[in-house]
Amino acid sequence: MKGIAIGQYYPGKSLLHKMDPRVKILLTLVFVFLIFFCKNFWALGLMGSFLLIGMLISGVPFKMLIRSLRAILFIVLITAVLNLFYVTDGNVLFPNTFIKITDKGLYTAIFMTVRIACLIIGSSLMTFTTTPTMLTDAIERLLSPLKIFKIQVHTLAMMMTLALRFIPTLMEEIEKIMNAQKARGADLESGNIIDRAKALVPILVPLFVSSFRRAYELAFAMECRCYTGGNGRTRMKQMKLSWLDLLFGFAMTSILAGVILLNHYFAHLI
Amino acid sequence: MGNIIEFDNVSFRYEADIEGEMLPLAVDSVSLGIEQGSFVAVLGHNGSGKSTLAKLTNAINIPESGKVTVDGMDTSDEKLTDAIRRTVGMVFQNPDNQIVATIVEDDVAFGPENLGVPPAEIRQRVDDALKAVNMFEFRKSEPHKLSGGQKQRVAIAGVIAMQTSCIVLDEPTAMLDPNGRREVIATIKKLNKEMGITVILVTHFMDEAVQADRVVVMDKGRIIMDGTPREVFSESDRLIAVGLDVPQATQLAAALIKKGVQISSDLLDENECIDAVCELLRSK
Repeated sequence: MKGIAIGQYYPGKSLLHKMDPRVKILLTLVFVFLIFFCKNFWALGLMGSFLLIGMLISGVPFKMLIRSLRAILFIVLITAVLNLFYVTDGNVLFPNTFIKITDKGLYTAIFMTVRIACLIIGSSLMTFTTTPTMLTDAIERLLSPLKIFKIQVHTLAMMMTLALRFIPTLMEEIEKIMNAQKARGADLESGNIIDRAKALVPILVPLFVSSFRRAYELAFAMECRCYTGGNGRTRMKQMKLSWLDLLFGFAMTSILAGVILLNHYFAHLI
Repeated sequence: MGNIIEFDNVSFRYEADIEGEMLPLAVDSVSLGIEQGSFVAVLGHNGSGKSTLAKLTNAINIPESGKVTVDGMDTSDEKLTDAIRRTVGMVFQNPDNQIVATIVEDDVAFGPENLGVPPAEIRQRVDDALKAVNMFEFRKSEPHKLSGGQKQRVAIAGVIAMQTSCIVLDEPTAMLDPNGRREVIATIKKLNKEMGITVILVTHFMDEAVQADRVVVMDKGRIIMDGTPREVFSESDRLIAVGLDVPQATQLAAALIKKGVQISSDLLDENECIDAVCELLRSK
């Protein structure tokens, strides 16, 4: 259990790791938006090459990045197949057979697949190079303007941090409870879905009880350390913008311009 | 030096459960002064009221009658709660339930951040605190990858970084293995001897209580013995009567005395015992 990692952070010292997490989140959002804004392969190609450079800079092994695609492989395949058969305009590719695939259908299918792949790899590049703690910190700071609408941004961020902190603890607890119940003859592995769901009850009940006890103790411990919410708190780790963030921001802006131009000049190609 | 914590005839009981029956007093008319800079162990078996006593020191529990003052501040005054908790830090039994952050140094920074200390100073305090508990090299680690003793030392560092003048530890070693216990006790002694922090150690381990300057024994919410470890442990009969153990060395001495051997009754640890027995054998 000691080996489990929270999130999918890949430790490193690359330029992407050193970037201000706030800028990283914002740029990822711009990137995602741009991916959907691309109208043809030229624009998408530009985004793809930008992503490739990012992947090279990050130092995260390509294998790991590609692996993040596995989870959505099914969605990608479905999208591709649907596009392949449902786009009916354009020239039919194999006129003499019963397969009705048009060149435009094929084109759209590939375009969609590449687009989703870029989207997933682009956003996992952010989570690979930012620790969950830095992410929650950055989100808290990015959302802090919402304070004027009386939204408790600090409380939300604290809840996120605590959730992250307790994932491994609760996993360990689940394992312990499961072993304890198995030792008393609980059967967790056989039977149909309903039987298995019923078998989970004796695991979930103690888990809930102990979670409440933990929450109670944690609240005491936090109070003892003078925690009174977000007001009057300082932070040890300050976030400062550097030339690096400016550089990446500038790169993203030029990509934005590039995508707009390519969309405009190659508009006739889909 | 004066007393940093004063119990003046304090009684406390927990709120009744649903049936509404009054629970007995958990702490019963206790008067106790904790001297600044001292190392006091509070001993007692389960349900003796020792943890309740600990929680009375920093306004988690408010006395039903009597008064607890910390550095002259009455704990029943809600306006002073914050100031009291800046003076008395607390470490609990389960290290997992008191670590807040996902990275060691962030957790140590949690207290000072709450106090509104400037960032550069927090950094300094966190580094110093982690060095004081010998956990500096783990500052970037994730808490769930540490051993119990290491986690507990991180929790202690969290209190040191707040620069409280007193630390109350509520059975900090109860969930640890022997190695972890040794690490934690060594750290606590260091805090007291080198940094001059007042330490109140609540425990049911005799060998830990032996290390203190003063031992307070509790039973049924009352203080029944109070003195140096040597004074307290020499009365092994009384300790056994309230369900407590006696250090093995003291037990051996008591057994020998019963057999008519001339040996002192206040031996505390193995080394003293070895010396005394050798002395005895040589004199024969």
